[in-house]
Amino acid sequence: MEIDIKELEKNFQKKIDKDIRIEPNDWMPDAYRKTLIRQISQHAHSEVVGMLPEGNWITRAPNLRRKAVLLAKVQDEAGHGLYLYSAAETLGADREQTIDDLHSGKAKYSSIFNYPTLSWADMGAIGWLVDGAAIMNQVPLCRCSYGPYARAMVRVCKEESFHQRQGFEIMTKLAAGTQAQKEMAQDAFNRFWWPALMMFGPSDADSSHTEQSMNWKIKRHTNDELRQMFVDATVPQAELIGLTIPDKDLKWNEAKEGYDYGAINWDEFWQVVGGNGPCNKERVDARRKAKEDGKWVVEAAMAFAQKRSAKKSA
Amino acid sequence: MEKSKEWPLWEVFIRSKQGLNHKHVGSLRASDATMAIKNARDVYTRRSEGISIWVVPSNNITASDPNNEDSLFEPAQSKVYRHPTFYDVPDGISHM
Amino acid sequence: MTKQEALYQYLLRMGDDSLILGQRLSELCGHGPILEEDIATTNISLDLIGQATLLLEYAGSLAEEPKSNDELAFLRIEKEYTNTLLVEQPNGNFGDTMMRQFLFDAYRKPLLEHLLESTDNRLSGIAEKALKETKYHLRHSSEWVIRLGDGTEESHAKIQAALDALFRYADELFFENEVDAILLKEGIIPSAKVIFPFWKKTVTEVLEMATIDLPKNNWKFKGGREGRHSEHMGFLLAEMQYMQRTYPNMEW
Repeated sequence: MEIDIKELEKNFQKKIDKDIRIEPNDWMPDAYRKTLIRQISQHAHSEVVGMLPEGNWITRAPNLRRKAVLLAKVQDEAGHGLYLYSAAETLGADREQTIDDLHSGKAKYSSIFNYPTLSWADMGAIGWLVDGAAIMNQVPLCRCSYGPYARAMVRVCKEESFHQRQGFEIMTKLAAGTQAQKEMAQDAFNRFWWPALMMFGPSDADSSHTEQSMNWKIKRHTNDELRQMFVDATVPQAELIGLTIPDKDLKWNEAKEGYDYGAINWDEFWQVVGGNGPCNKERVDARRKAKEDGKWVVEAAMAFAQKRSAKKSA
Repeated sequence: MEKSKEWPLWEVFIRSKQGLNHKHVGSLRASDATMAIKNARDVYTRRSEGISIWVVPSNNITASDPNNEDSLFEPAQSKVYRHPTFYDVPDGISHM
Repeated sequence: MTKQEALYQYLLRMGDDSLILGQRLSELCGHGPILEEDIATTNISLDLIGQATLLLEYAGSLAEEPKSNDELAFLRIEKEYTNTLLVEQPNGNFGDTMMRQFLFDAYRKPLLEHLLESTDNRLSGIAEKALKETKYHLRHSSEWVIRLGDGTEESHAKIQAALDALFRYADELFFENEVDAILLKEGIIPSAKVIFPFWKKTVTEVLEMATIDLPKNNWKFKGGREGRHSEHMGFLLAEMQYMQRTYPNMEW
């Protein structure tokens, strides 16, 4: 039977326009599948690589409560990575292959995680700014047209609500603390503010995937819209706890009822994406090492399972 | 790539509380069923989301074909007499 | 030594075992062999840090000058920590980590079971909570020891090597001194001699299923319970205490 691709594509778009979710076995255009696999696995990699900069401070957390909270938070990120790899697997993207693409440098992840964490205050800045930006990105994804991705995001968003709060709590405490703590907080804020703004991706004019993704309802807002929402939400929070935004051009724009902010250093952004961030090598090396060190463990478990099932059927 | 050594994929179903059905929550990898249950506990019930777990090897699930959606599910739509709202009940009668 | 002093010492031992092992496992967060196991290991670490929080809090309330659990966790000098040498050993490979965990869990579980009967209500309460967690830890670690032992040739050799290296530290889990004598008389704790056969039974069964053997050399290391640690301990503390030492007397 001749299947008319054009007809299938038209029906597919009709479903999307009617807000009917696409499920794994439904027909979908190849490009839709590819776009989703790329986006979901990038998202998964970001969660998993994102464990490293914060993991860097778990053993040095200043008290028992903070240690437990940070540990639970970083653990959540592993969970989120897993939910997302699961969602990608429903599209036929084998997890191991996906991870190998990360290790070979073929697949990307959020470039924010290529910045180093230099002080305890960075745990505050990451929770508050980086998770804050991630939530801005992720909340609309809960309505993404692809069912398994949307459902994974619902779970992720539910769990992440504590992440931003714990970060803001750390910052609040530091900003109200001793001189040394205040300086630590402002320093972390200065270092993470701009990279956080870059997390929303290139400005709309330079974003190659935006339009098609919006039509497919994989994306619900443009990069610049989300970035604006983030700035507008974050500036008053910083002011409330007495931190200074490291942007001399920042000012309230009455007409658009939002803040105007200074120029983002896109050269830096593209350099970091391209592999020249301060920690790109360390991050990927650490992930690769974890896999290599664990290879014998994975093999042993498989060998054991096969022996046992052979025994059972014998 | 040595593909055969990757742990198989399992689908996870969780009963969130007594009296409710197990509900599909996602998948994970594990070398055997025992490990799949434990991994499911650690991955999917970190916030007390469940009191009972089922795991099923993903390749043991048979799914209906979405292309047959019409012939499978539409015939039921015309059988409205299966729903109580199809029937007229005189005023004054409640609880039927 | 008064009963209160003895209980303080005993709670420090238990709290330090939990704290130091929890700290060790927390180093692995983000570096596990596979994501699922990373999450599982972190859960165990979280349980142990939770146990340390309760045990050290109780200990602090009994100190001559009352101390917070954070002060006890972060501001003692090395000699004042009385965890066993076993729990401070480095993570090594995954087999080393699981073997260390297994030898500890196999001791901790029967200890907690006996502490349910403690005449000290607060301690038996902590034991009740910790026991639920520890049963799970023991299942996890023993399953892995068996899997690795009866897995591939490579994993068999690695887990055997882990046992050979770590078994020397196990005997110290059953250390007893004046502290134990006082608390035993009051019915607050069980004798280590009562716990030992339970541990031995679990270890024998699991090692048999794992097809690995007890090391021939029967030499035993000890010292941790009396504050004499291995070289690894100083580095562990330097890292763990970094913030409290660098920025004293601050709120976080």
